[in-house]
Amino acid sequence: MTTHSGSDYCENTKRNTMRLALWTFAWLISMALVNFGPTLLWGENVTLTWVAVVVNLLFGLVMIWANKVYLMSTDELQQRIQLQAMGITLGIGLVGGLAYANLDTTNLISGDAEIAHLVMLMGFTYIVALIASVRQYQ
Amino acid sequence: MKNRLKVLRAERDWTQADLADRLSVSRQTINAIEKGKFDPSLPLAFKAARLFNLRIEDIFQDDVDEPS
Repeated sequence: MTTHSGSDYCENTKRNTMRLALWTFAWLISMALVNFGPTLLWGENVTLTWVAVVVNLLFGLVMIWANKVYLMSTDELQQRIQLQAMGITLGIGLVGGLAYANLDTTNLISGDAEIAHLVMLMGFTYIVALIASVRQYQ
Repeated sequence: MKNRLKVLRAERDWTQADLADRLSVSRQTINAIEKGKFDPSLPLAFKAARLFNLRIEDIFQDDVDEPS
């Protein structure tokens, strides 16, 4: 069980949630910079593109750390809810992602399999699984 | 697992939020425990026992019938 000092559970969780939200936002902005920077901001400058890629990677690593801190600060029920949601998301992502890749390699779909579709599937699955898990314990 | 958290809380005129605050967990967790939808870990059960100055078995009871 995660232990907290006295009555600061809510404050601690709020602080860690806010930190996670900020780093997620920073990571998203850096992702947009990598994708749109070369065409809209700095053109053919490869050095700036490399800097944007490295910054995106670093922000992503900090976001993962912030997520770990957030999860460790939640109580045992919240951790179980997150575990259930993430487990379902991982399973659906793995099975769905590989099935989608199979459709591409066997040419059963006309276009190429896009990683963005997998990310959208995992995001949607996580939200639905999280809501279902929360309702399970209400 | 059955428990007497709701009764013990009511005796002290505490809200779920008050108890959650004292046990350093979320109000949702207290609600789930009281409704029997979630069994607390042993450390949390010990913490509740210390808070109410009772033994764990005075708060939490196994709902499996004992063989006669």
